[in-house]
Amino acid sequence: MKRVLLVLMVLAVYCLHQDFWNWKNAQLFSILPVGLAYHAGFSVLCAVMMFVLVATAWPEHLEVEESEQVPSSRGEGH
Amino acid sequence: MIPVIVVFIYLAVTLYIGSIAFRKSKDNTEDFFLANRTIGPMVFFMSLFATNMTAFAILGSSGLAFRRGVGVYGLMASSSGFMIPLTIFLIGTRLWSLGKRFGHMTQVQFFRDRWECSGIGTCIFGLSVAMLVPYMIISIMGGGRVLHDISSKKGDDGRVVMLQVMKDGQPVMVEQKTPVKGEDGKPVMIPVVKDGKPALTPDGKPVLAPKMDVKMVPKMEADCYVSFEIGAAIVAIAVTSIVFFGGMRGTVWVNIFQTLLFLLFGTVAIAVIGGKLPNGFASYFTEMANDPAKSFYVTRERISEREFWSYTLIPLSSIMFPHMSIMCLSARKVSAFKRTVVLYPLAIMAIWLPCIFLGVIASQVLKQPVPPGTEDGVLLLLLNQFAPPVLAGILGAGIISAVMGSDCHQVLAISTMFTKDLFQYYGGQKKYGEKGGVWFARAFIIVLTLVAYGVALVTATNIFELAIRYAFSGFAAMAPVMLAALFWKRSTKWGALASTLYVAASLVFYGYLQYHYKTGDVIVPGAEATSVPWLESAKVVGDIRVMGFMTVVPMVFGSAICMVIGSLLTRPPSAATIERYFSKTATTEIKAGQPELTPAA
Repeated sequence: MKRVLLVLMVLAVYCLHQDFWNWKNAQLFSILPVGLAYHAGFSVLCAVMMFVLVATAWPEHLEVEESEQVPSSRGEGH
Repeated sequence: MIPVIVVFIYLAVTLYIGSIAFRKSKDNTEDFFLANRTIGPMVFFMSLFATNMTAFAILGSSGLAFRRGVGVYGLMASSSGFMIPLTIFLIGTRLWSLGKRFGHMTQVQFFRDRWECSGIGTCIFGLSVAMLVPYMIISIMGGGRVLHDISSKKGDDGRVVMLQVMKDGQPVMVEQKTPVKGEDGKPVMIPVVKDGKPALTPDGKPVLAPKMDVKMVPKMEADCYVSFEIGAAIVAIAVTSIVFFGGMRGTVWVNIFQTLLFLLFGTVAIAVIGGKLPNGFASYFTEMANDPAKSFYVTRERISEREFWSYTLIPLSSIMFPHMSIMCLSARKVSAFKRTVVLYPLAIMAIWLPCIFLGVIASQVLKQPVPPGTEDGVLLLLLNQFAPPVLAGILGAGIISAVMGSDCHQVLAISTMFTKDLFQYYGGQKKYGEKGGVWFARAFIIVLTLVAYGVALVTATNIFELAIRYAFSGFAAMAPVMLAALFWKRSTKWGALASTLYVAASLVFYGYLQYHYKTGDVIVPGAEATSVPWLESAKVVGDIRVMGFMTVVPMVFGSAICMVIGSLLTRPPSAATIERYFSKTATTEIKAGQPELTPAA
């Protein structure tokens, strides 16, 4: 279930990139044109998305393998 | 002259940092190519970011915004902010883990081992090198051009001194188009005629375009203290020295300094230029929004929805560039990726947002005319016009940082690939050992840079620009191969070969079309006169479009289809290989720096 929700979150963020409603919007948001301000906000959203992925879907098994490794050998399978 | 002196001080600092790394180096290839896989989290983030940022992020982005408006940010920057960290998260961490476990130093070593086949690795090696070398050459050209442009001489009126370009004693003439203005001061609009008939919009209205006055004028270029040739040589020598002596460790250490410089670049440039403008930024944007001839600057009128969506696939190329994937192998721990993927979209924003913002502002405030084809220089013109010389020099050093940061990694990556995938793989390892491998790599770096520099001087820039344009699509189209190798047990070498050949054939095909058709040509018309053509050379940008989509779309999906069909029709890899790569219980002992790879019979 968690995996499905995360995939949906990633897809939703991807869809938000296609902001067709801003295509011909020439208004300003503070000193930025709306289309530019929207995508600056989208960049922050991407950082939040990655934070959520790191917090909830980090490939833990890679860290386990890392801690099992010794300098002269290359550890377990994956 | 002051900006040049500041840039030379910057170059001296980078060489000093590189020399410290040299003193720490050891004579084995794992240390030279990957800094012994010991890069810590923050340094890893800064270096990975520097690896991926080129001069395009600063100069190209502002130049493109100057031509096409603020939509360039959504087109290129925010799509990269979404896709690149996601691919680092999914692919980079796995590559790191496999590299640490099996001793891989290149993608090709991984592919050879994963599919138990020497030939597929050699095939991907050839394609990767063919796509990466032009990128490296154009980085050297970019460095030369930046040094040339920031060293321009200024006249008493504060403008850059311009000289006529001469060839064989005669002035070189170029076509200059200027919009004809009516009595009200606005551009005169005329109906567009296509194939002898008036062009119509989908709702039946005539398409209008500004009437242009065309005349031949002498080609002019800035009078500079540093010529392009000398500038390119300086950048090439600096890059070679850092990589030759410092290897990955030197490159990474220099990257820290470089990333700090170019991350600060945008904010400082905005503050300095904003402080000197007679009106606030908002007044310029309001003026553009209210003028129909300029409103495209603050909207996305010059970008089609299909192009906008297509572009989200281009950043798939990032992790497939050999210098990016090799950089992923250098982290000490997988946890180094955590901070990187979260900070990455913000770092992209820190560079791209100010540059695009200033590119659009430049279209309104530059005193200097900007001839077509020279738009990438608008940021430098802005700095020359508004920033004091010392600051212009520091900002110029920020731009050179972006050039060199990526260029160092490209040179190192090509050298790593030739050493590990060819020289050592085909017998050099046994004959000359690890120390011999390091010296082969160093010799190769010198030869490579000399050849690249020579080619940069005698070849037209647009050939490499064309190659790079398609290299991004090519690397993006190789992403399905990587994803299949990492996550699909049933994938086979034949599927990978089918994908690789499809990508290579597509590159040749689209490159041929691009070379032979002019901007705006319809190659294969659509079903109806008003519908989107099947195949065309797009207006304004001149890229080949397939039903309005960028070529990256058919290339990525075609490659994925080839991978799936090719794999399902052929025998899967051996159980032992599947066990090695996918089982959580298998144990494989490989000695450090010695991947279990041998040439196929």
